[in-house]
Amino acid sequence: MIYGIHWDLHSPLAFAISILPILLIGMKITVEATILGFLVALLLGLVLALLRRVPLRIIAWPTAVAIEFLRDTPLLVQLFFLYYVLPKYGVTLPALFTGVLALGVQYSAYTSEVYRAGLEAVDRGQIEAATALNLSRARLYRTIILPQAIPRIIPALGNYLVSMIKDTPVLSTVTVMEMLNLAQIIGDRTYRYLIPLTIVGALFLLLTVIASTVVNRLDRVLPKEGVPLR
Amino acid sequence: MHWTGFIAPLARGAWITAEITAYSTVLGAALSFVAGLGRVSRSRAVRVTAAVYIEIFRGTSLLVQMFWLYYALPLLGPSLPPMASGVLALSLNIGAYGAEVVRGAINAVPREQWEASTALNFTRRQALWRIIMPQALAEMMPPFGNLAIQNLKDTSLVSLITISDLTFHADALRNLTLASTPIYTLTLLMYFGMALVLTALIRLIERWSRRHLAPSRGAHA
Amino acid sequence: MSPPAEPGTAPDEIIRFEKVTKRFGALTVLDDFDFHVAPGEKVTLIGPSGSGKSTVLRILMTLEPFQQGRVELDGISYHEPGGKGPFKASPRHLREIRTQVGMVFQGFNLFPHMTVLRNIIEAPVAVLKIPKEEAIERATGLLDLVGLADKKDAYPRQLSGGQKQRVAIARALAMRPRVILFDEPTSALDPQLVGEVLNVIRDLAHEHDLTMLMVTHEMRFAREISDRVCFFDQGRIAEQGAPEEIFGEPREERTREFLQSVLG
Repeated sequence: MIYGIHWDLHSPLAFAISILPILLIGMKITVEATILGFLVALLLGLVLALLRRVPLRIIAWPTAVAIEFLRDTPLLVQLFFLYYVLPKYGVTLPALFTGVLALGVQYSAYTSEVYRAGLEAVDRGQIEAATALNLSRARLYRTIILPQAIPRIIPALGNYLVSMIKDTPVLSTVTVMEMLNLAQIIGDRTYRYLIPLTIVGALFLLLTVIASTVVNRLDRVLPKEGVPLR
Repeated sequence: MHWTGFIAPLARGAWITAEITAYSTVLGAALSFVAGLGRVSRSRAVRVTAAVYIEIFRGTSLLVQMFWLYYALPLLGPSLPPMASGVLALSLNIGAYGAEVVRGAINAVPREQWEASTALNFTRRQALWRIIMPQALAEMMPPFGNLAIQNLKDTSLVSLITISDLTFHADALRNLTLASTPIYTLTLLMYFGMALVLTALIRLIERWSRRHLAPSRGAHA
Repeated sequence: MSPPAEPGTAPDEIIRFEKVTKRFGALTVLDDFDFHVAPGEKVTLIGPSGSGKSTVLRILMTLEPFQQGRVELDGISYHEPGGKGPFKASPRHLREIRTQVGMVFQGFNLFPHMTVLRNIIEAPVAVLKIPKEEAIERATGLLDLVGLADKKDAYPRQLSGGQKQRVAIARALAMRPRVILFDEPTSALDPQLVGEVLNVIRDLAHEHDLTMLMVTHEMRFAREISDRVCFFDQGRIAEQGAPEEIFGEPREERTREFLQSVLG
């Protein structure tokens, strides 16, 4: 019994049906962790991307190294680092928030690259034409560069959102009660792993298919050339 | 315990990590080609099978796949040692992503190359291996490199099915000494170091492939 | 437009290059280069590729810095005393210079996410602070001038190359420049579309006050509209003069060889 819900061991089908509500509670945590983690990644990635563009080498260069470091080291170890080291310095967060932070930190390395690539993909001629027309720097970004970069950035960010969904089970290692953790607990108590783990796999497939479909739709709807911001 | 005392046990774990990375990258690359070519096969059954494999392994989570192979599969019959479960899960996962790379690179070769091959009366198989694949291979290298780095990072998950890799050793040391700051800092640095070595290796392979596989790239042959 | 600081008499030069050297790494593009243009003059720059013609235009538009020498627009130096950065001038100073100069690019460089009208009014509204209604009125007039009044709501992707370049000309004119630069305006066009763009430029050549600099490979057109033709070779002007002289009886062997190779 978990969350007051009992399982029914009479038949595989009855077992599957009886544990589904438990796993759906876990799915809610999975979705929450993804959304929060992604928000952290969007903001932190923007900060990293901007720091990297600072024309001072003592700022830009360490930022580039930090991005590379975050991208090249495993999420699981970054999570353990935050989970076990932060409390030593007086920062005690609930497990879910530590997990969200770890997801956000790892993915900020990816999102910062997406921002950078999106800005750099705008044709040089656009910047030259804007210079010839004497547009101010703020205006150049607002009406020429960002409108053309954003439609390229959004689908790439969307793909990382889908990817983050699949990384949330790692949070089970620090006691976050997401889907995989609940399936494990059910398995440990009933010695039946096949059905809970298979259902969790199917639920992940469902989540990623939905998320990818939304991202693809968005990609198709977005005008490729962008829309000028007022 | 002084932090230098952690280096030796962590290095032993890092060696296991390197081994697992090597096995699963090689096996994953093989799977990438099998499934990627399967996706462009003329047989519908092969295409569908490959697509189902790719969708399942890209659509679900690696940790779920690993736990499934480790905990659930034995209940169906075949029981694998932890090492085999870990390497297999990593390979199947990275192979599904790699298959999309292979398919994409083959499709990126201009149609005209196929048409010219047909005009010269190559068989489809000859055209694929002699004309199309050499051009596609060079295109595949950079994304394959990214997947190899991803795979290195993903190997840390095998610690959760009792394999004593770098992450596993770090966790064991932390349990023993509670010195989490130096242990995890060293662990992260070791992963970073391995990633840098792997990146350098990938650059070498990329340069080699550019020189030997598609020397006329950009010349619009 | 604010009148430039004028000395006692009106200068007979609007553009002046004095001993200008421009390098890209080890490559010297302009070498101790001298060049003068009178107000209202129509000058065509010809010569082999890599001879520095486009670089002259790009320096005038402040798209490229230069290392040595002096460039002036209407008596005002591009470099400022104590100016910093590659351009040796403040952004403010560069913006001041650009108010006098417009440019038409080989690759059009229209803003793909804006309609034709918005492409034209964007800078007048944002930079010159012209009220939007007035900017639209003027843009409509300019579109009439280039023969595209019916395309004002189209997006660049819906236009042919020739139409795109005519919009780009209207866009440059909307800023009321005193100097307009054409950097190979017809090189990216299909041959049958070249004529419509040249017709627009020909009309502009009749504007007495407008100074025009054009880099082109259209030799017949250059002969027809130019007051002066400059033949560039290896970062310098090897020969210059009235079109009849340059095309009729070039003095330099290099000029003759070049003209033979392009005229066939």
